[in-house]
Amino acid sequence: MAVKYESQVRAPLIEGNKDYHQVTEDIIRPIEAPPSLLWWIGFLISVGLLLFGVYSVYREVTYGVGQWNLHKTVGWGWDITNFVWWVGIGHAGTLISAILLLFRQGWRTGVNRAAEAMTIFAVMCAGQFPIWHMGRVWMAFFVLPYPNTRGVLWPNFNSPLLWDVFAIGTYFTVSLLFWYTGLLPDLATVRDRARLKWRKRMYGVLSFGWTGSTKHWQRHESLSLVLAGLSTPLVLSVHTVVSFDFATSVIPGWHTTIFPPYFVAGAIFSGFAMVQTLLVVTRKVLHLEEYITIEHIEVMNKVIVLTGSIVGIAYLTELFMAWYSQNPYEGWAFMENRANPFSPYGWAYWLMMSCNVISPQIFWFRRMRRNLVVTFFMSVIVNIGMWFERFVIIVTSLYRDYLPSSWSTYYTPTIWEIGFYLGTFGLFFTCYFLFSKFFPVIAVAEIKHILKKSGEQYKKKMDQVERKPVEEFYQETHVTHH
Amino acid sequence: MAVKKYVVGCFKEEDALFNAVKRVRLAGYKMHDVYTPFPLHGLDKAMGLRDTSIHTAGFIYAISGTTLSLGFMTWVFTADWPLNIGGKPHFALPAWIPIMFETTVLFAAVGMVLTFCYLCQLAPFVKKHHFHLRATDDLFVMVIECTEKTDENEVVSFFNNLGAIEVNVQRAVTGWWLGRYDKEQQLFDQKRETVNV
Repeated sequence: MAVKYESQVRAPLIEGNKDYHQVTEDIIRPIEAPPSLLWWIGFLISVGLLLFGVYSVYREVTYGVGQWNLHKTVGWGWDITNFVWWVGIGHAGTLISAILLLFRQGWRTGVNRAAEAMTIFAVMCAGQFPIWHMGRVWMAFFVLPYPNTRGVLWPNFNSPLLWDVFAIGTYFTVSLLFWYTGLLPDLATVRDRARLKWRKRMYGVLSFGWTGSTKHWQRHESLSLVLAGLSTPLVLSVHTVVSFDFATSVIPGWHTTIFPPYFVAGAIFSGFAMVQTLLVVTRKVLHLEEYITIEHIEVMNKVIVLTGSIVGIAYLTELFMAWYSQNPYEGWAFMENRANPFSPYGWAYWLMMSCNVISPQIFWFRRMRRNLVVTFFMSVIVNIGMWFERFVIIVTSLYRDYLPSSWSTYYTPTIWEIGFYLGTFGLFFTCYFLFSKFFPVIAVAEIKHILKKSGEQYKKKMDQVERKPVEEFYQETHVTHH
Repeated sequence: MAVKKYVVGCFKEEDALFNAVKRVRLAGYKMHDVYTPFPLHGLDKAMGLRDTSIHTAGFIYAISGTTLSLGFMTWVFTADWPLNIGGKPHFALPAWIPIMFETTVLFAAVGMVLTFCYLCQLAPFVKKHHFHLRATDDLFVMVIECTEKTDENEVVSFFNNLGAIEVNVQRAVTGWWLGRYDKEQQLFDQKRETVNV
């Protein structure tokens, strides 16, 4: 067996005095205990929001898109803003589970399960918006290329909106498969520990009869690696395609080549913020501070300050290009409709700037990165900022078109537009509450895999070994069966 | 399904398990399988298992997805229903790259997961014999199949000498069947046992 080694410079990823059984106990105990009062309150609030969302959508389907304040020129408003916002949030989960797996980042094991779940729920929420935005939603299946009786009309494969259907559909499917194959061994652990009949039965079905056979693990490892390799370009492609919805048009403010990388960076930025929002609370409530440590929080805050700054550079580049291109329409869209603080939506632009670019700079300070209150507060601020980014892109490019006579209309949402958005929060948190109650929120098998390398007491032991003379070190690290 | 007899040895430490795998192979016992709570790198090599080729299957699914979507879009826009979209060419390859990429990933992922489930015989409502419940918690469980030549007691003491913390002998069928984990099922009749020990 190879020497399990991780530099002493790195802080342990699993704190406390743990063995394999203790890991199982710590992570699976919340599933076996009855839900707390706090859980019920949160869950019922989420269900309430979800029901309000269902009613808002019901109104929109029954009375038409006129229930929303969309109008001529602002044909995309809160709906598409929310769509892009939710899809972006999903990106952090795939980044953690796939890209960081390829980069061999050990700290991902503490947070990947919850982040992947977040991805799936966020994409579910995102998908609602383009679907219900269609108005005549019963014709939504027209986007699928199937032999039909409409003179065999096919969808337009050259359209970015159809690319989006494929991108989001694939993204959801692949994320779900990746997440669930990773869950199988942990569900089997829950099943084998279960004493209650219904629990044994339920997790028996969910775990697909997983045994832990070596051959199965070998295939599982290979499958995870390839799925990570596939998800990595996939996640970059998804927000690229979302940005194509805008970039391939000729609307001033949208028609720029910077959009794909700028959107992807923004997506990861907002996604990590949402991971922080969820995990700062989850680790506290489920007592998982030893697995999701301050180190994890700090690393993610570093990602936030990096991606926030990339987004900031993109904002400045857009402004520069608007001036440098000397295109009067582009210049007007940026200098007048967005950056001018006294224009109707100038407040939204500067809110976006301060939330996304200025405030995350606080994370240059280590003390701030390791402060949970600051982290939680900033994670909410970042997501407000990222919501306004999409709002600014969509609405400020649309509300003043080429016909100044239609400029007088200022777009504000109706209660049903807001209700629909709140409803997706309900959907998201209902799913997350159910997930945190019935599934292990940390990948148990993966934590066990890194325990002897990154666990606190194993690192201490290794530190003692390292300080010994070379001969003794050799004796201790080269075990008998070599 | 045939009923066979197995000797089950449980180990607490990876080092002891790796040592046991090596000794069992040297002794020439028939190793049925090793069940572990998490993937142990190098265990497959130590047991002499060949590499999995599931990634090759994935590659085949991937290129099927690419060619299928490219072929389909070509047929739709050049043969079945050529549509003039802004005067652009009917065969608009650059515009099809996003969809070709997405179908490549979709086919590879779905195909590989289905292949994985098929090879490992995993599905909802499938039940299997589990030699030790703690194999998914904290024990490394090695299972040796008893053949006509195997002396069961010899294997038991062999395991004890290797530092197994728990050793027992079980009769089991190793396939899968449709069943529920909350019910004890006797799938086989003890009288019809086929192995003589």
